[in-house]
Amino acid sequence: MTVSDQEELVTAAPAAPAVTPAPVAGGRASREALYFARRNRKLVAGFGVVLLFLTVAVAGPLLTDHGPNEYVGPPAQRPSARYWFGTTMFGQDVFAQFTHGLRSTFLVGVLGGGLAAAIGMLVGFTAGYRGGVVDEVLNMITNIVLVIPTLAVLLIIAAYLRVRGVVPEAVFIGLSSWPWVARAIRAQTFSLRSREFVDLARLSGLSGRRIVLKEIAPNMSSYLFMTFILLFGGSVLIAATLDFIGLGPTEGTSLGLMMNNAVLWSALPLGMWWWFVPPGLGITVIVGALYVMNVGLDEVFNPKLRAM
Amino acid sequence: MSTVSLRVENLRVCYRTLRGDVQALDDVTFAVADGEIMGLAGESGCGKSTLGKSLIRLDGRMRHVGGSVELDGKELPVWDTAKMNGFRFKEVSIIPQYAMSAMNPTRKIGRMVAELLESRGVGFDTTRPELQRRLELVELSEDVLARYPIELSGGMKQRMVMVLSTLLNPSLLIADEVTSALDVSTQKAVAETLVGFRDRGFVKSMIVITHDVSLVYQIADSIMVMYAGKLAEKAPTDELVAAPRHPYTQLLISSLPEVGVRYADRRLTGIPGKPPSLLSPPVGCRFRDRCPLAFDKCAEEPPFVEVERDHWVACWKAG
Amino acid sequence: MLKLEKVSKVYKVGVFGGRDLTAVRDVSFEVRPGEVVSLIGESGSGKTTIGRMVLRLTSISGGSVTLDGVDVAAVRRRDLKDYYRKVQGVFQDPFSSYNPIFKADRVFAMVKDQYFPQVGGQQWRRKLDASLEAVRLDPGQVLHRYPHQLSGGQLQRLLIARALLLDIRLLVADEVISMLDASTRIDVLNLLADLKARGLGILFITHDLSLGNYVSEQTVILRRGEVVEMGATDRVFGDPQHPYTKRLLASVPQLHKKWRQVEAELHLQGERG
Repeated sequence: MTVSDQEELVTAAPAAPAVTPAPVAGGRASREALYFARRNRKLVAGFGVVLLFLTVAVAGPLLTDHGPNEYVGPPAQRPSARYWFGTTMFGQDVFAQFTHGLRSTFLVGVLGGGLAAAIGMLVGFTAGYRGGVVDEVLNMITNIVLVIPTLAVLLIIAAYLRVRGVVPEAVFIGLSSWPWVARAIRAQTFSLRSREFVDLARLSGLSGRRIVLKEIAPNMSSYLFMTFILLFGGSVLIAATLDFIGLGPTEGTSLGLMMNNAVLWSALPLGMWWWFVPPGLGITVIVGALYVMNVGLDEVFNPKLRAM
Repeated sequence: MSTVSLRVENLRVCYRTLRGDVQALDDVTFAVADGEIMGLAGESGCGKSTLGKSLIRLDGRMRHVGGSVELDGKELPVWDTAKMNGFRFKEVSIIPQYAMSAMNPTRKIGRMVAELLESRGVGFDTTRPELQRRLELVELSEDVLARYPIELSGGMKQRMVMVLSTLLNPSLLIADEVTSALDVSTQKAVAETLVGFRDRGFVKSMIVITHDVSLVYQIADSIMVMYAGKLAEKAPTDELVAAPRHPYTQLLISSLPEVGVRYADRRLTGIPGKPPSLLSPPVGCRFRDRCPLAFDKCAEEPPFVEVERDHWVACWKAG
Repeated sequence: MLKLEKVSKVYKVGVFGGRDLTAVRDVSFEVRPGEVVSLIGESGSGKTTIGRMVLRLTSISGGSVTLDGVDVAAVRRRDLKDYYRKVQGVFQDPFSSYNPIFKADRVFAMVKDQYFPQVGGQQWRRKLDASLEAVRLDPGQVLHRYPHQLSGGQLQRLLIARALLLDIRLLVADEVISMLDASTRIDVLNLLADLKARGLGILFITHDLSLGNYVSEQTVILRRGEVVEMGATDRVFGDPQHPYTKRLLASVPQLHKKWRQVEAELHLQGERG
């Protein structure tokens, strides 16, 4: 098998494709990626929606001068000029709750997603690069975490910790959602590790850690990026679910908690749609937008998917 | 004078790429006689694989631009993939590059053979005795049909593919780099098997595509050398190797290390430079930039002419 | 300089690592300075494994590998960097040897960072130019390019230039030209042979007998992990003793002799000898 420019132009490589389908060359790849990124509707739309909600999360609470759980107005009011999202059964400002809830949503997403990403990458890269006994041990740990019934554990924790905040919740989510990331990264690291440029890096005296950081991870950069976005969305969803069933933070507010309360106090039968529709829609739209962004990113990084 | 089995005239094929059309084959004209094994040699990117594939039209990215192909007096519809369906495997057959790695790993070999035959409208049961006979010939036991590809060695897989491609006794067999990924001893066995197929009449004529000139020297009756999408030289094997006329052939052959030639005794030299890009090929002789014999007339493309009996060269200096 | 004594490599395979797979068994040979030793074998012969053991990319299961008397297996992780000042490798696939998302000359930068951190820009550039000249490459044509913009031959030569930046004593060349075109192969091969003049020892790993014959002084023939024949190249090729060597020689397609003729010659030799 010999190579030439002509064949490169034309070949649909029978050999297994590289880990990331994209980067043909470093600088050119990022410019190329940016070019396609700006033109990809899914990516732009998704990103726009998330940015919008982020703005609301940051700026919203500044618009209200009262806390989310304060009893400020007449109970069960429909949305009005004074209270944009109306009030709850107890006279709390739904809009204030919503914006504060968005904050905690984003916090959980970043913390939980970030933690899961960090652990997943650490475990995945180490297992994939070292192989052997290290790999087997890490695999075992990954499988154990995968198999642990997180809900049951959470119930036990909830029983012991009377007071819980957003941060512990985020940490818990982070500690339980990393296995699939570790698996995927391990697999890709395995395949990259057998490439000869890794051997060459070893022959240049680089340590394993530096090789992973400088040679292997950059080759997977697009994948790692997408992984983080998925983890972010996943964390938001899990947090909302946990909050809804009452296993979330005991203080503060979040979108899931809002929905929990709404159901608890019969908002639906009573027709108080303004109490549960905003949070429900908020979660759905944010997570949906994140996943759409991901699909768009995939198209940007993988030229074969582009509808050209 | 033996009858001509394959006649190719002015064949032009290009590939569409993001950067434009690559003129992979440019005005190729040659003939292969009945019972002849022709070696098609050249370096990567010269168009030899393209030529092989264009005769059977198996590559969807190829665009037939012009020229004609005639097999046994009948015109082959090489511009139309669907129309070629009737000819593939029965008249023209190919052992594609990487064939042995292309077998479906989840299918038993026997099942793959049956499916292939049925897709050609040939019953598996009726051909089975002949299949068995041929497997025996290439020293493969019959239970190879009950195995999965992964259970076979490289040489065994290659022989299996060879039997499969020639099962329906095609007139023309195109073997594309069938020995590249094999060990030296297996290479010899596979190459000799190819000759055996021709000798037994399983195929009439053969085109053996390879980058290894010494291999094709062993088994071919004639060798055709390509360079940058064009034909450089075609001659009977012994003549081409002993007395090549085209400067590219001369340089190529003298750059090949051989057993018996040592660096200390005689230092071989390569050909400086690179082949031209086929996106926008140069005007005139394509070898001009690297040719030590180039002169003014080379700005005009030399025709592929017969300078001696059965010896064709495309060079102003060879005529 | 490089000495292998009864070197073996055993892999643990099977479901729970129960079975042993011996890839290399009791291999012994030497590489002297200014000498090319070709390690010839077909696939599965263990030749690449031996190269990797010498480069400490794989562990050595048994026997000893010594470089100037120093046991290679005993070199500790943190001392490996020093070991690589003396021994370097070039591999088969030029396009796999470079990280595709970076420029090709990054391989030089890596060497500079690790081994020559104090060297100034100008001086480094001079050193680089000297190395590139030794491999007959024009700096203007190969620096600041991405791997896909260069040819296979250029890429392999760049890797040899990289190895020459360090003051190596031994170069392990594993099938370095098998993926190159015929017309460029010989140039890289000549280059390797020329390096002998610098006192470099080269372990030339290949499956192609004609290449081994062309470039080496000593030849080691490997089969399934064991040495079957070894000695001066012209003797191994001119007067092969082992039946496997004879079979290999009989199967190599030669450019001016048909197989029948080669077989006949070997047969006659066998009858005479």
